[in-house]
Amino acid sequence: MNHGATARHAADSTPIIEGVERRRFGVAVWSSIIWIGLVSLAAVLAGVLPLYDPSDTRAGIPLSVPTSRNWLGTDELGRDLLSRTIYGARVSLVVGLSAVLLSTVVGGMLGLMAGFYRKRFESITLFFADVLLAFPSLLLAVSIVAFSNSRGVATVVMAIALLYLGPTVRIVRALTLSTANREFVTAAEALGATPRRIIFRELMPNVMPALLSMAMVAVAGAMIAEGGLAYLNLSVAPPSPTWGAMMAAGKAKVDRSLYPVLVPAGAMFLTVLAITLIGDYIQGHQQRGGGAI
Amino acid sequence: MFLLRIFRLVGILLAVSFATFSMVSLLPGDTVDSVLGANASQADRLQARHDLHLDQALPIRYGHWLADAVQGDLGRSYRTRQPVVEALGQRVGVTLELVLLSQFLALALAVPMAVLSAIRPGSWFDRLFNGAQLAMLATPGFLVALALFTVFSVKLGWFATAGFVPFSDSPFGNVKSLLLPSIALALEQVAMYSRVLRADLITTLDENYIWTARAKGLTNSQIVRRHALRPSSLGLVTLAGVTMGRMIGGTVLVEYIFALPGLGRFTIDAINNRDFIALQGAVVVLTVGFVVVNMFVDVLHRVLDPRIRIA
Repeated sequence: MNHGATARHAADSTPIIEGVERRRFGVAVWSSIIWIGLVSLAAVLAGVLPLYDPSDTRAGIPLSVPTSRNWLGTDELGRDLLSRTIYGARVSLVVGLSAVLLSTVVGGMLGLMAGFYRKRFESITLFFADVLLAFPSLLLAVSIVAFSNSRGVATVVMAIALLYLGPTVRIVRALTLSTANREFVTAAEALGATPRRIIFRELMPNVMPALLSMAMVAVAGAMIAEGGLAYLNLSVAPPSPTWGAMMAAGKAKVDRSLYPVLVPAGAMFLTVLAITLIGDYIQGHQQRGGGAI
Repeated sequence: MFLLRIFRLVGILLAVSFATFSMVSLLPGDTVDSVLGANASQADRLQARHDLHLDQALPIRYGHWLADAVQGDLGRSYRTRQPVVEALGQRVGVTLELVLLSQFLALALAVPMAVLSAIRPGSWFDRLFNGAQLAMLATPGFLVALALFTVFSVKLGWFATAGFVPFSDSPFGNVKSLLLPSIALALEQVAMYSRVLRADLITTLDENYIWTARAKGLTNSQIVRRHALRPSSLGLVTLAGVTMGRMIGGTVLVEYIFALPGLGRFTIDAINNRDFIALQGAVVVLTVGFVVVNMFVDVLHRVLDPRIRIA
């Protein structure tokens, strides 16, 4: 089905422009995928790679520029920036992915149920979603981490997951509402399908594509949020290095060396950009193929 | 319908303030310890417990706090003894100025970009802007802030590395001290603004009355200025309103990086000083401001677009 629609679309529009667009996107998306792959691989294998210990203050001369000993230079305590950035990627990726996973699963479920059952369940769920949405975004995460007095990964994940819970519930509910009115759902109901079957077999597959592409963009946002929290010293506690905390520490010494700020900031920029590009590409494809579903 | 909205709004405000209030109470450790330090005398501790209403149950404490809060009393900071309302009042101006200046910059950049793109969709500058906007969307504001700070404040020394100049001292110095942080905040918005306006403009430019205008022989710039821009601005106005609301709590990082004495900075300082009364007041005020601005945008939207009013 999907294939036929795409082919027809390609035939409709001017072939030259279509080809150019595809190739241009191809390079950007491919480099994004490669970059994400590299960062993830480095983060997973950080313990095995021949890196300095991220807390080792004797890795090099403090605030050194990149050398053959320290490929990306060192920070104000003489710790290796490459090693710290790779270990920092662990925090960034783990927090970004698990926060969005948590909010997508919980918010998706609540949104589906709210859109299907309606009535009181819907109004209560929406009220709580609105309360969450009423907090200015970063302030909610800042307060949760500050108030909970703990700097564990779980706290930070929770704080950031809550940021995305409200929007997820609202969007999934809206998608569910528009799906629940369609003939195949009525048909399933008429055939005597249980609510559970309707939610998981009829509604969920139709909500999934939009939810997943939203989650993709949310991962980038969650990583930015983690960086912001870490910059304010409100993310995962030292000694685990985080990109945000590295930037905050580097900013104090930026008049003497750029690298302690530049390296983590560059890593974060490239990673977030890569995720955004992939998300943009997926969304574009979905809109084109959307009519065929 | 309108009354129902107000009713819901009050409900949300109550829930938000109660959530904030409970968070403070759920803190591990004794609040009195963090306020007075561990060496305070027993009498002082009891007095402090009483002052903070800590000897009462949570709902009662919330009741006391709410009764004071609606009368404009958010308590005194335990650190500085300054009333929280007064402290917030001194800082709200900085944040507001920052938000307004950054919105002005964002619109000044986004509108021309959108117009140029919409006149010739698919042209080389449309594609260039599209690429630039994607990069801007992916760049966190605080990274831009750090980059601007590093280049212009530290390396080039064109701007002070810290401090805020009040407008009354020197209007020029005031704008100068807020320029870099505003640019950092503005760049985050440009992409969204420009994309929304571009999409709306493209739709408008295909309307019959625009073709009539073309047939009359008006130039592109006349068509855009006189006929197309206004009916296309609705989405942008809404988005800008919502964004301004969101920025109330979103300037935290930028204020922190540029050491500006705004509301965000106040909140972070309260956290670092474990000044819970000040923190609670700040969070509630920011949240209430956010909710009220969003509500105002909603109303404005109805005023601007008659179709929504009827529905």
